[in-house]
Amino acid sequence: MLRIENLSASYGEAQVLREVSLEVAAGEVVTLVGRNGAGKSTLLRCVMGLHAGQRGTVELDGRDISRLPAHKRARLGLGWVPDDRGSYATLTVTENLTLPPTVGPDPWSLERVYEAFPALYTRRDSAATMLSGGEQQMLALARVLRMGARLLLCDEPTEGLSPLLVQQVGELLREAKRHGVTVLLVEQNLHFATGVADRHYLLAEGRVAEAMDNSEVRSRERELLAYLGI
Amino acid sequence: MSGFAQNTFNGLVSGAFYALLALGLAVIFGMLRVVNFAHGAFYMLGAFGAYVLLTEAGVPFWAALVIMPVGLGLLGMALERAVIHRLTRLDPLYNFLLTFGLTLILQDLVKLRYGVQSSPYETPSLLSGSVNFGLFDFPTYRVFILGFAVLLCVAVWWVLTRTRIGMVVRASTERPDLTRAFGIDVGRWVTPVFGFGIGLAGLAGVLAAPMRAVNPLMGADLIIVVFAVVVIGGLGSIFGSVAAGFGIGLVQAWGEAYLSAFPIVSQTIVFVVMAGVLLWRPAGLFGREEAPA
Repeated sequence: MLRIENLSASYGEAQVLREVSLEVAAGEVVTLVGRNGAGKSTLLRCVMGLHAGQRGTVELDGRDISRLPAHKRARLGLGWVPDDRGSYATLTVTENLTLPPTVGPDPWSLERVYEAFPALYTRRDSAATMLSGGEQQMLALARVLRMGARLLLCDEPTEGLSPLLVQQVGELLREAKRHGVTVLLVEQNLHFATGVADRHYLLAEGRVAEAMDNSEVRSRERELLAYLGI
Repeated sequence: MSGFAQNTFNGLVSGAFYALLALGLAVIFGMLRVVNFAHGAFYMLGAFGAYVLLTEAGVPFWAALVIMPVGLGLLGMALERAVIHRLTRLDPLYNFLLTFGLTLILQDLVKLRYGVQSSPYETPSLLSGSVNFGLFDFPTYRVFILGFAVLLCVAVWWVLTRTRIGMVVRASTERPDLTRAFGIDVGRWVTPVFGFGIGLAGLAGVLAAPMRAVNPLMGADLIIVVFAVVVIGGLGSIFGSVAAGFGIGLVQAWGEAYLSAFPIVSQTIVFVVMAGVLLWRPAGLFGREEAPA
């Protein structure tokens, strides 16, 4: 579904991604692991079309989208869950959910979102930034599900969440996968990653250092954790 | 007591002009991150256009009230496409140079043709005379301005907070990149929003024609106070700009009435208030610290 070939990106002088190539098949959940600064978030931003100054190809369903602006990529079914959760202070919770147009064949209705997240329903008319960190994370995920996005780009959705909420995020991603949604996930929590994902890419210094499956990550967990510095 | 009411009323009328101009500056700044120093020139063009339409073509005030904002809004959209949009991602200094340069060009073009003397513009007959509010009379035209400006501000607020267009404008203003990632073509809204802000300035100009001296520098005199208003309200804050607009109108009117023995104070009171607000709240009364893109 998503194919990245020879993707390079830089911030000014500093090169962050060096000729990265990877693939995500339809219906797969794939994580990107790596140290801080390895280029994981930049890779997601490149796929979304938010990073100026990138070279290489990004293909969605065989179509080259490298030159498309972000809003057109979103309309092809890309759903962005940013690392800062992307809550709008000037929009209510409901407005945050309904801002993006529906883009996919199977969007969640607002009713379904509120049924799944009663906390969002009770705060529906509050500014989104008044929610707790965990609630804002749920809002960010609910927003792309309501869009009906076919490929979710999630940047550390479990960061700073309580174990209970991490579990809830995991359930959500698994349910999305059951409905055929594809996920590319930046994740530092290896335990969580092996619980939801099919495969993993280890990014190091802007390159794909290794491609691993779940059993490999589990058997090398200690070594990987030490490498990631967690 | 009737003196106080009189001063308060006049303050609100001046405040209505500040509010309309500051509102346009706020929506433009929010969407484009451009501080439009040419705003006063468009206000002047609104007034001058109404004057020229009346004296040279016999077009009445009511028609000018529609023609000038629409015409200037379109001119604003053309300018945005031609030059203003080039300011994105440039150093803010270019913002100042370009829009201030535009001001000088527009002012001098008018001066070249019509000179610098002030021209009178007759109050439309429907609004001449005065309205009696019990103890005192107010000029009908000023009552009309106040009501019209308040209605307009409420309408803009309603559109911004209650409609889908308003939601898109708010989202694009707060976080343009994020909003693009949610499938919204932010760039498509930039030109109309700029045109709308300019149209509001032109409208304020037409409204000012019957009560202010129409001359090429009328905008330059006013815009300095309007920028103080915008800073006090919080750059980019819609509600803040309107509230501060009326507030500063009042402060100025009261200052002139009750501190006239101290001209230095009454003439600078707006800027004293501005300095005080900045010390207390650097982002303005209703402004928020800049969020990351």
